Amino acid sequence: MTQMEVTTPTALGRPIRRKEDARLLHGQTNWTDNIQLPGTLHMAILRSPMAHARITKLDVSAALKMPNVVAAYGAAELGDLNGSVPCVWPVTDDIVMPGFPALAIDKVRHVGDCVAVVLATDAVHAADALEAIEVDYEPLPAVVNMESAIADGSTIVHDDKGTNTCYVYNLGGGYDEVAAKADVIVKRRFINQRLIPAFMEPRAVVAAPMGMSDEITIWTSTQIPHVLRVLLALVTGIPENNLRVVAPDVGGGFGGKLQCYREEILVTQLARKLGRPVKWTETRSEDMVATHHGRDQIQDIEIAATSDGKMLGLKVTLLANMGAYLQIITPGVPLLGMFMYPAIYKMDAYDFKCTGVFTNTTPTDAYRGAGRPEATYAIERIVDELAAELGMEPMELRKKNWITHEEFPFTTVAGLTYDTGNYEAATARAMELFDYDGLRAEQALRRASGDPVQLGIGISTFTEMCGLAPSRTLGALKYVAGGWEHCTVRLLPTGKVEVVTGTSPHGQGHETAWSQIASSVLGVPVEDIEVIHSDTGRAPYGMDTYGSRSLAVGGQAIKRASDRLVEKAKVIAAHQLECSPDDIEFVEGVFRVKGDPEKVQPLGAVAFEAFTAHNLPPGVEPTLSAEATVDPEDFSYPHGTHLAAMEVDTETGKVTLRKYVCVDDVGIQVNPMIVEGQVHGGLAQGIAQAMYEGASYDEDGNLQTASLADYLIPSAMDLPSFITDTTVTPSTTHPLGTKGVGEAGAIASTPAIINGVVDALRPLGVTDITMPAAPMTVWRAIQSAKAGGAA
Amino acid sequence: MIPVAFDYVRPSTVDEAVAALVAGGEDAKVMVGGQSLMPVLRLRLGAPSLIVDCSRIDEMIGIREEGDSIVIGAGTTHHAVMNNDLVKRYVTLLAQATATVADPQIRHRGTMGGSLAHADPAGDLPAVAAALDATFTIAGPGGRRTVGASDFFVDYFTTAVGDDEVLASVSFPKREGWGSHYEKFNRTAQAWAIVGVAAAVRMEGGRIAEARIGLTNVGTTPIRARSVEAALVGAADAAAIAAASESAADGTAPTTDIHADAEYRNHLTRVLTKRAVQKASGL
Repeated sequence: MTQMEVTTPTALGRPIRRKEDARLLHGQTNWTDNIQLPGTLHMAILRSPMAHARITKLDVSAALKMPNVVAAYGAAELGDLNGSVPCVWPVTDDIVMPGFPALAIDKVRHVGDCVAVVLATDAVHAADALEAIEVDYEPLPAVVNMESAIADGSTIVHDDKGTNTCYVYNLGGGYDEVAAKADVIVKRRFINQRLIPAFMEPRAVVAAPMGMSDEITIWTSTQIPHVLRVLLALVTGIPENNLRVVAPDVGGGFGGKLQCYREEILVTQLARKLGRPVKWTETRSEDMVATHHGRDQIQDIEIAATSDGKMLGLKVTLLANMGAYLQIITPGVPLLGMFMYPAIYKMDAYDFKCTGVFTNTTPTDAYRGAGRPEATYAIERIVDELAAELGMEPMELRKKNWITHEEFPFTTVAGLTYDTGNYEAATARAMELFDYDGLRAEQALRRASGDPVQLGIGISTFTEMCGLAPSRTLGALKYVAGGWEHCTVRLLPTGKVEVVTGTSPHGQGHETAWSQIASSVLGVPVEDIEVIHSDTGRAPYGMDTYGSRSLAVGGQAIKRASDRLVEKAKVIAAHQLECSPDDIEFVEGVFRVKGDPEKVQPLGAVAFEAFTAHNLPPGVEPTLSAEATVDPEDFSYPHGTHLAAMEVDTETGKVTLRKYVCVDDVGIQVNPMIVEGQVHGGLAQGIAQAMYEGASYDEDGNLQTASLADYLIPSAMDLPSFITDTTVTPSTTHPLGTKGVGEAGAIASTPAIINGVVDALRPLGVTDITMPAAPMTVWRAIQSAKAGGAA
Repeated sequence: MIPVAFDYVRPSTVDEAVAALVAGGEDAKVMVGGQSLMPVLRLRLGAPSLIVDCSRIDEMIGIREEGDSIVIGAGTTHHAVMNNDLVKRYVTLLAQATATVADPQIRHRGTMGGSLAHADPAGDLPAVAAALDATFTIAGPGGRRTVGASDFFVDYFTTAVGDDEVLASVSFPKREGWGSHYEKFNRTAQAWAIVGVAAAVRMEGGRIAEARIGLTNVGTTPIRARSVEAALVGAADAAAIAAASESAADGTAPTTDIHADAEYRNHLTRVLTKRAVQKASGL
């Protein structure tokens, strides 16, 4: 094990190395797939090769005769145990909510739909036995394209519902009035393409009846053990008190493990039915078609402005692809973006309309940023297009319209109240680091010389709403759970500390950061603090990790519980020191009697007193712990300015990211090293959407990007060294002044890249590039613009 | 991602390998580094009944000088090839192209012979072998035979190596002092080439005296751009190279996939040929 850095009690704000990395990097941890229980049955899944078909025959009997096979089930054999995947966000009263059986009943609706399962005593024979299952499909026409799906006469994904429209959601109004007064109106259609989360650790789940009680323990590679426990209880009928859900170390999630998956339901039900541990680990091939996808919106955007560049209003009309079924928050993802289209800009009117559409594709759901990247992409792209239309410098147009730092708190046209921000400061710093003027000069030279490699500068001045979320707001949006977070802090007799959190890290470094927060209050070194998480048995209360909520919400609970612990300990310390609690101060882990430096009592000594209970003040109970459950006052609004220098080879269409600068304002930072890591990872994913990634289906509903050979994820070799910096504008709605950071990079970077590519090519007549900016796409855009210019 | 069960043998000589292949029949398959075969097995796109692991056959590993040729054992890893002084000096183009294959982990496991015998149209090495007129030594039940590059690559994933044969070594004529460059065009560093151009040129007095051009992924096999080779003779500047490269896509038959269609591949072939030759010649 690597020696951990010794820390002083005031650990907040220090870039200390992550506690969890030693076990992760040395291969010492247990991922879910490492869990080997005696008597385990391995589940393999027969998945539909067709996007839409009637199952005319399903016979698992031959599979049962295969070596080492113990059981095999289709929906008929599974009967009442075939649970339905839950959706907890019915966004409108009249939303169409089809059932989503874990094993398909009669019909399959996307490639990868689950048809049958085999359980064998080892994974190899389970996989072999799948080939013995007899299944006949009667192919049905598949509908993949959203506009086709809502056109008259379309194939209906759920024919009993009679429509492919899942819901229509409207917000705002008044755009038409302001547009009538506008000098300029710019309209664009943007395609925010479908993405696949592609986390490093594929999904895996083990469920085991524990024998010594009625408890079934479920180990699963999830972001949401607490939410999952509630949902599995509701879906399976297993009493919640008999379910324990554990998320061991989880190798990435990005929203893709914010789910109650059909495989988790099946494994749980079959472990219960068969009375044995059941395990399932997906292959990468399964992951590509069966893990929920993200994004996939057609965005019709219209912005109205005066001729001198004052924004008047924005109109957003979305088609949002639900896929074939609704999963946990599928319908709600576009609404998480709904509030963010006006972004950092002041305007008078905003109309929003979103139509959710069913298609014969893998269901969509949350993916890093969930709704906000789509919104940020659309607004930052249309602002650049407006600037081009007006002949204004794009940064100048932004400056003219953004909320200035003196204007906070500011209520936007979408109805959110941003507590703080300083867009001027972040932008000034970013432009300085970027050498904005120097690159503009180089761009002019290259344009003048007709250089085959053109240079473009891409801007994204973003904000986002994160820290999900105030429970009352979630309720108003018809989300059926709250957004609070819990913490219990326990002081152990030996002076060590347990911080029990309801957040559920899957790569974020909570063990380190939460230790730093508790350390800063309790004065206990970081290395003496254990963070307990991701196990409903050991950390029973929580709402888990997604939407950049863990620090923004969970961090508040840690702070409050730690403060409460100090108050409790102070009463004991005062008793020991024979003075009033009011005469005691607590400095760096030690209670001191004010004005008497000799009279001190370290927190650890108080802990031992609380344990022995030999001499506690009257009315004080033994042991020392404190808890807090915090419902956030508001969302958290990080912001920043991102700048990308894009080189475009006009001969081949190849796009190269030459330089990337971002200055993010995430408020007070608990651990700047973790902040930087979060920003880097987010940038890689956001840049990947712009340049590399895109799930595509053929017209029959076959996923064409079904392996990592075709679904291109960039590696370190494809990305430059990012230049990152921060400004610090403390949040006023968070007691530590912090904001969320987990999604910022992914939200901000995508439009910066595409704006840069379009900026490089605008003199050639190119006004948009459909993502990802693959070389052929860019080359064709150049050819098309040239042809248009010649005509 | 779990292969179908198979038998496995690991011979220690080429003759033993051939004997194993003969015994295994048409369902036997040679494996060396496994970097192409293992994904095929794990995806169950192939289900050989016998794997003949040739990774520990001494005579198939190593690089030696033999008269006017450099002979490379088929089981030599990409990493060894690209870092070998003989290869770098006499078969520079091969060293350059090998350095673009996949990533360091794969280059430490994957082998030159495995890549050539796999004959993926998007693989980088077949175009090099074609451009340099490599000679392939194939061992079979009847002994050894040699095949030239133009006969070795037969079709999509198909070579002259029979079911009961194994590629033992590949011989490259020494070409010291030639300029060379492999121009690979891909979307991410680890992705397959959308198009690749392997170019080697011999210069005389500032002019191209002789040129060899192999094209990757614009047909079912690597293609020699012979019309470009002829047109390049005498070229002394970038403009002449550009003009000669205009015919680079003549005779190609590229496929269309999600990353590139045939028209775009042909366009790239012309552009990349120009660039490869310009870099190889320094003109």
